[in-house]
Amino acid sequence: MLLSEVCSILDARVITGEDSDVISNIDIHMACGCDLMSDVLAFVKDQALLLTGLMNQQVIRTAEMMDIIAVCFVRGKLPADDVVELAKKRGITLLATEHPLFSACGMLYDNGLRGREHG
Amino acid sequence: MVKHYEISGTDFANAGEASSDFKAMLKKIGVPTDVIRKVSIAMYEAEINTVIHGQGGYCDAELQPDRVIITFTDNGPGIEDIERAMQAGYSTATDEIRNLGFGAGMGLPNIKKYTDDMQIESEVGKGTTVVLTIKLFK
Repeated sequence: MLLSEVCSILDARVITGEDSDVISNIDIHMACGCDLMSDVLAFVKDQALLLTGLMNQQVIRTAEMMDIIAVCFVRGKLPADDVVELAKKRGITLLATEHPLFSACGMLYDNGLRGREHG
Repeated sequence: MVKHYEISGTDFANAGEASSDFKAMLKKIGVPTDVIRKVSIAMYEAEINTVIHGQGGYCDAELQPDRVIITFTDNGPGIEDIERAMQAGYSTATDEIRNLGFGAGMGLPNIKKYTDDMQIESEVGKGTTVVLTIKLFK
């Protein structure tokens, strides 16, 4: 699923400033919805999108370590400037949606995006 | 090649800087992506542990011809029961740490999962040393 489709499904906006051409060229293979970074670190896949309600710099560092290419903040919360700046430096695209975590994950799943099967 | 990092025990926002720097170096050198992933996850978890449990310390990360060896040393309270600390889900983290997204009791099990060898030496009241080894080739 393209990141532009994720934005459209979740009615999300891009907060790291990439334009629509860039978003249309980012391909997401799977997603993970989680507020526990240690659980995210136990989940290894390429081209992943992380959906989370956690708002600190460690979200970006976790994404960096896992090569997660985009993070979507849920429940209408917006990260502080230092978090956005770190994401820009690390080349991670940040999105924000008003939908809560469970609903956002469900909407993406409904449209064909999958997570890790089990284990 | 050895990189030395000082790790603050109070600066949670910057926890992960050492792992980030070492990852960038491995990438520049051309170390295989799957190895970099394993090193990054294990090193980052250990770095977070050094901040949240070890009250800070230092890290030496060494790239050898066939492996990466990373040593974290802290002067924190030490681990009372290492066997128990290794159990997935067991944690002594405070609510404050949990609110930051860590302390789920997955740190040490994750490190073990992504390394070829992990050695922990700890003395209560003196501190902990964790040595991680990741082979570059299968």
